[in-house]
Amino acid sequence: MRHKVAGEGDNYMIRLTLAAALLASSGPVLAETHAISAGDGAQERLQEALILAEPGDEIVLEAGRYVLTDGLSLDVDGVTVRGAGMDGTVLDFTTQAGAGEGLLVTSDNVTLRDFALENPKGDGLKSKGADNIVYYRIRVTWTNGPDASNGAYGIYPVESTGVLVDGAKVTGASDAGIYVGQSNLITVRNSIAEANVAGIEIENSRNALVEHNIATRNTGGILVFDLPGLPVMGGGNVIVANNLVVANDTPNFAPPGNIVAGVRRGTGIMVMANDNVLIEDNIIDENPTAPIMVIAYTMGFEDERYNPLPRDVVVGNNLYGTGGDDPQLDGADMLLAAFGGALPPVLWDGLGSIYAVEGTAGWSLNLTEQGKGLGAANPSPLAAPAPAAEFDRSGIGAPAELDERIG
Amino acid sequence: MKRAFAFLGLAAGALALSLVATRDASAIPPPFINDAAILGEVQLDGEVRKMPRTFREYGFFLDAAGRYPDDRLIPYELNTPLWSDGADKLRYIYVPEGKMIEADGEGLLKFPVGTAIIKTFAFGEGEARRYIETRVLMHRADGWIALPYRWNAEQTEATLALAGGRIDLTTPAGETISYRIPNKNQCKTCHSLDGAVVPIGPKARNMAPAVLSRLVNAGKLASAPDVVHPMPKWGDDTAPTASLARAYLDANCAHCHQPGGGASNSGLDLRWEQQDPFAIGVNKHPVAAGRGAGGMLVSIEPGNPEASIIVHRMDSNEPGVAMPELGRSSVDHEAVALIRQWIAEMTRTDGRPD
Repeated sequence: MRHKVAGEGDNYMIRLTLAAALLASSGPVLAETHAISAGDGAQERLQEALILAEPGDEIVLEAGRYVLTDGLSLDVDGVTVRGAGMDGTVLDFTTQAGAGEGLLVTSDNVTLRDFALENPKGDGLKSKGADNIVYYRIRVTWTNGPDASNGAYGIYPVESTGVLVDGAKVTGASDAGIYVGQSNLITVRNSIAEANVAGIEIENSRNALVEHNIATRNTGGILVFDLPGLPVMGGGNVIVANNLVVANDTPNFAPPGNIVAGVRRGTGIMVMANDNVLIEDNIIDENPTAPIMVIAYTMGFEDERYNPLPRDVVVGNNLYGTGGDDPQLDGADMLLAAFGGALPPVLWDGLGSIYAVEGTAGWSLNLTEQGKGLGAANPSPLAAPAPAAEFDRSGIGAPAELDERIG
Repeated sequence: MKRAFAFLGLAAGALALSLVATRDASAIPPPFINDAAILGEVQLDGEVRKMPRTFREYGFFLDAAGRYPDDRLIPYELNTPLWSDGADKLRYIYVPEGKMIEADGEGLLKFPVGTAIIKTFAFGEGEARRYIETRVLMHRADGWIALPYRWNAEQTEATLALAGGRIDLTTPAGETISYRIPNKNQCKTCHSLDGAVVPIGPKARNMAPAVLSRLVNAGKLASAPDVVHPMPKWGDDTAPTASLARAYLDANCAHCHQPGGGASNSGLDLRWEQQDPFAIGVNKHPVAAGRGAGGMLVSIEPGNPEASIIVHRMDSNEPGVAMPELGRSSVDHEAVALIRQWIAEMTRTDGRPD
């Protein structure tokens, strides 16, 4: 017979009875609400709540400024984290000393809503392999404005199926404000991306709907990229519609080496590689390099699975203001002179395939080889055929059930 | 029916407790490894504690201070260990009676349900030696769970540190740091493969023959697996630089940087067995490195360590740049020097020195 430490047996029978009663009445577990407040020990209290939560629980972050020194993480399915508004509940990571992001989510069916993160050292909110996630009215701000020392991504879902970002606001990211990578079934809407290198970026992802957003004062407003050498590739089926893409004129402040460091200041909407992309009903104004840019992947690559070309990119009706009038391109003066003081709204490198509705003004670099730089450019006005058929919107966007969570 | 049996067991436990209660309360209890605590099942007191609050509850050690291990704990060492601010690590494997470990070639040993892997992090020499934390990795019926326990200042007891914590200390390198005890989720961040918690360290290729024999002699492993490509012992001057470097990357980076790992989206695969130079970062552009890239274009530029992101990130101590992201608060200068040398010697593009 093994023994137990002495001194713990006094109320043993009572507890045994209680345990029996609990076992006998084990019914469905009710979802609970755990309220957390700012102040002393917030780091531990909040992190413990995130660990101890059960599926279905809600963690309520009461209004206040939470001073945090380490990254937080959530790994329980079906949890809602709710603050008192993106200006009421602020998770302040200014003194963060460890971890690669402010909050990391690795579980499914999570809802994050109504709170803010300020000055995370790395990424802001990252969710990895977290299916059916909702980011609702979340703010991520680097308070010192554009700065290469800011974290990379504000809102950063990756390797996930089912992503809804709604009503978010991200400012100051040194890579992308709202970045969705290697994911499927995505909606980014009603959000504001301001003063980031890339405002909104959809990368190596499929079936993404980017609509009713404001992208302003970024280096590039909205980017749709597909890159080689990643576990998930073959980005496409993307709709960029009804966005306000205005005055994306912040000089690129991305640390060199990153793919977005190559984005030219003044890019409105940019598609690189990808297939089946629709750009329609946007208001695109004051983007001095290119209101719309459609190009192949610019570098060499060895990945046989990868297609570097933009294919079947459709430029529908958009409202174009000024733009292309101060391009960050080699030979800008000559180009401006040739095109009468401003480049036309659509820039295509000539690789892959593009369609544009009648009356779309543009120009092509007429490149013939991918990955060889712009040296062989031989610019001419764009001659893109009209779209052959209605764009197939089926299956694009986040699953409807995600809408219901924020109804 | 099962439940009824459990209660019979509990009744027996109650009897045992009443006997114990008559003894001197200060006496050290007899050895008792609490299998139910490891398994997260009903304990003698009728309660289920999935996350025991104190380390002593497991009964791995004869004393609450954790200095005297039960003789069923099998100590083990790794050829090339994970570096944690220079912490000294005391590692043990516990496998319950009647259960066996299975070898899986040169890879991670396959531990039966009921296994506990215990690792204590200590700093300081002799009288000044202090236990900081003990991490317990347990194989339960529904998978592995990792829990961190923090030792008190008096060194008498370790208690569950679900949310982790920080403690100021001086490393063996003489640096004063704010040491980070990981929270439970951060344990999983590193110990995660395809979303499930797994052990990292005890791979056959990273264990000396003597260590594998120890498991065999303890009756917990049928026979030591053949290891054709063992990882070298860290600090072995006779081992090739490339071998030491790849072993270090495997032990310190590959738990995240592999397919299915926490950093799978980076496309970087730093496992020992990875042969593709691009996968280990040779001439590979960063994906989501952000400012972590430090202005460099590729993870590894052969012959040019100063242009290699991997060196830059290992040599940084800044959150958002530093790699690994978790588990260190200072720079492993020795390892940085090694990786520098490895890349400097790399004159071909296949990731191997000439």
